[in-house]
Amino acid sequence: MNEILSQIFQIGFFAALIRIATPLIFGTIGELFTERAGVLNLGIEGIMMLAAMTGFSTTYFTHSLWLGILAAMVTGVLAGLLMGLLTVSLGLSQHVSGIGITLLCSGLSFFFYRLIFGQPSSLPKIKPFEVVPVPLLSKIPIIGPIVFDQFALVYIALIIVPVSAWILYSTPWGLNLRTVGENPRAAFSAGVSVTAYRYQGLAIAGALAGLAGAFLSMAQYDAYTFGVISGRGWVCIALIVFGQWDPWKSAAGAFLFAFIDALQLRLQASGVIHVPYQVFLMMPFVFTIIGMALVSRNARVPAALLKPFRKEER
Amino acid sequence: MPVPLLEMVGITKTFGTVTANDDVSLTLYPGDILGLLGENGAGKTTLMNVLFGVYTSDAGLIRINGQQVRIRSSADALRHGVGMVHQHFHLVPCHTVLENLMVGQKGRGGRLDRKTVLDALSEIKERFGLFVEPHALVSDLTIGEQQRLEIIKALIRGAKVLILDEPTSTLTPQETEGLFEALRAMSSEGMGVIFISHKLQEVRAITNKVVIMRRGKVTATLDDIENVSRHRLAELMCGHEIVPPVKDPVTPGEVLLSFRNVSTGGTARSRLKDVSFELREGEILGIAGVSGNGQRELAEIISGMLSPSSGTMEIKGQEVGRISPRYVQSLGVGRIPEDRMEIGLITALPLKDNMVLPRIHDPRFSRKGILKPRAILDFVTRQMKVFDIRAPGPEVRTGTLSGGNLQKALLARELAWDPLVLLADQPTRGLDVAAAQFVHQKFLELRKSGRAVLLISEDLEELFTLSDRIAVMYEGRINGMMPIEEATVQKVGLLMAGMEAAA
Repeated sequence: MNEILSQIFQIGFFAALIRIATPLIFGTIGELFTERAGVLNLGIEGIMMLAAMTGFSTTYFTHSLWLGILAAMVTGVLAGLLMGLLTVSLGLSQHVSGIGITLLCSGLSFFFYRLIFGQPSSLPKIKPFEVVPVPLLSKIPIIGPIVFDQFALVYIALIIVPVSAWILYSTPWGLNLRTVGENPRAAFSAGVSVTAYRYQGLAIAGALAGLAGAFLSMAQYDAYTFGVISGRGWVCIALIVFGQWDPWKSAAGAFLFAFIDALQLRLQASGVIHVPYQVFLMMPFVFTIIGMALVSRNARVPAALLKPFRKEER
Repeated sequence: MPVPLLEMVGITKTFGTVTANDDVSLTLYPGDILGLLGENGAGKTTLMNVLFGVYTSDAGLIRINGQQVRIRSSADALRHGVGMVHQHFHLVPCHTVLENLMVGQKGRGGRLDRKTVLDALSEIKERFGLFVEPHALVSDLTIGEQQRLEIIKALIRGAKVLILDEPTSTLTPQETEGLFEALRAMSSEGMGVIFISHKLQEVRAITNKVVIMRRGKVTATLDDIENVSRHRLAELMCGHEIVPPVKDPVTPGEVLLSFRNVSTGGTARSRLKDVSFELREGEILGIAGVSGNGQRELAEIISGMLSPSSGTMEIKGQEVGRISPRYVQSLGVGRIPEDRMEIGLITALPLKDNMVLPRIHDPRFSRKGILKPRAILDFVTRQMKVFDIRAPGPEVRTGTLSGGNLQKALLARELAWDPLVLLADQPTRGLDVAAAQFVHQKFLELRKSGRAVLLISEDLEELFTLSDRIAVMYEGRINGMMPIEEATVQKVGLLMAGMEAAA
């Protein structure tokens, strides 16, 4: 048993954990901004799928990774704005609109992928992001190779958590956004545009979901496949509930999920436990459900989440 | 004559086919406290929402300090020095007082600017005597404190004209006096206050001029309200004379409802703690108190929705062992719930369904699980006639009825079964004077016929007019109970605020 543990818990394991957590952090933190403004964006899964495709394709043709990232983020913003048109401007059901966006975006990504690449015999590939060791810091024993020997996008994900916590809790913009999500009428009567903040929240959610998708097709892997997202968007939605709509706690949830995912991958590979491999694949999701059940009993949901706002309501 | 602080000229606002404001004008000079009087639906709130940029008027103009301004949003209104305290507070309960005050501010260097707000807070405390602890959570504040916070919010944003929409409806009399002192301080500094209310007494106490509205129009502008009788004011508001209900002397009979040491579980401040009282035939017992002090729990027990954790409830001397809405109803309890739209009626259903729903199992309306549509329709049509429910027909969607008609429908439903005890929770909230009078008349008829009414109300005037005894609730206890002859507003107010009964 000890042998298995020491085999699993190596530096590579923890480095992998951080990599697995990265897209989840992008997705979760982005989604947090829109949910704190009162809009649930169930389009996240589809947005990640579509952005993974646009980012990959852009890089495939331009050979520029950062142009690909930009394309992915723009894709996400556009989808977020479409979500805003449906839920903020038209006041439609956020659930139905979000699922509609996911269906639309995943459909579009399959359609355009086929249109662009046809049905090639070998998978189109790009030269993906490479690891960028941070000078000096990466030389620190243990911590160095785990944290400071990663993709550039990983560093961005690690920085984005404290930055977004600071924005939410210490800036006027963050306070206004939170007020819009709690009591839009209070925000409105203070001269804050509810519509503008909800669109901004959705745009940020879209951009970061796009980043998450691009990370998967351009850093984690070097190709786009139809299963590249495989439910990670939905996991982000769950992680926010788990994290009580707080950036720190939600990021902690992302790491926890990543830990279990990394663990099951190692256990699968080690071949010491003889059960069907699907049992391992299931593990992170089972733990998500258990975690949610434990935590969400006293969840502090933004009071205006799911509720459209109309100025002239009688 | 000085330049008016505010002029609204010829304001017209329509919603579909309804004209909420029809050519309304009013003028406010520095130092004015203007009372805006009118019944529900007279258009007072609409007019103020136009001024505060919530609605855009169809016609008319607004001048501030002699300059014509366009107010298209609350941000515009605030910029021009117009602040509003809405009837339903616009606060975020899970944020602190300070956070609520900082919403919409520019900040300094991209960060929230706490210091400026704290400084302004102490300045306002100095000038107007208004203060709320800045680091408290709004959800921990009392209703009175929340209102103070709303006023401070408007002042911090530089309001020169302060609109207060029904500010006293949930305050104790003492809190109201505190509010009035702050308003007088504002007036003496040259600010203008618009005070929306339908409580004549208070309007007379605090305002120096009055604009009266009825059905979207101004019916009178009075500068010398000292000399206008209450009677005349009421007439201007309603368009007809108001006859106060006559209360015949009735000798109370045997006990119909009694509570013995009833407590409820949980940790809420409003949980009941050792509540005992008796209600007799021919009696109206009024329950006073600031909302959230146990009235809801009390009402829920009587209507069979909540079981006490200890103590007993008896109806006509019989202990009610198992608490359920249908059982309690079968023992002779009728219920007019606090929220007629949420608990009382299902607004999406036709009126006729609502009128029979609680009694749907009665052999009159159904047999072996099959409805008797003919009998139901007959019953509803008859009740609509008897109670003068103005609706296109029994099939009309309930939600389309006015508040007064909804309340009449509830009364028609409950009184059809001749209840021994009628629980009436805020029965006239939001009703116009005529409808409220109808409701009051029904209560007095019940009283005269030897039934009992438990009247829970925040309207002290209503309680003093109808009750034979008044009990005051505070933090889940009955903090004092007295016959109406011994009750004064002062005394009830102190008990509402948690003071011990004077020896």
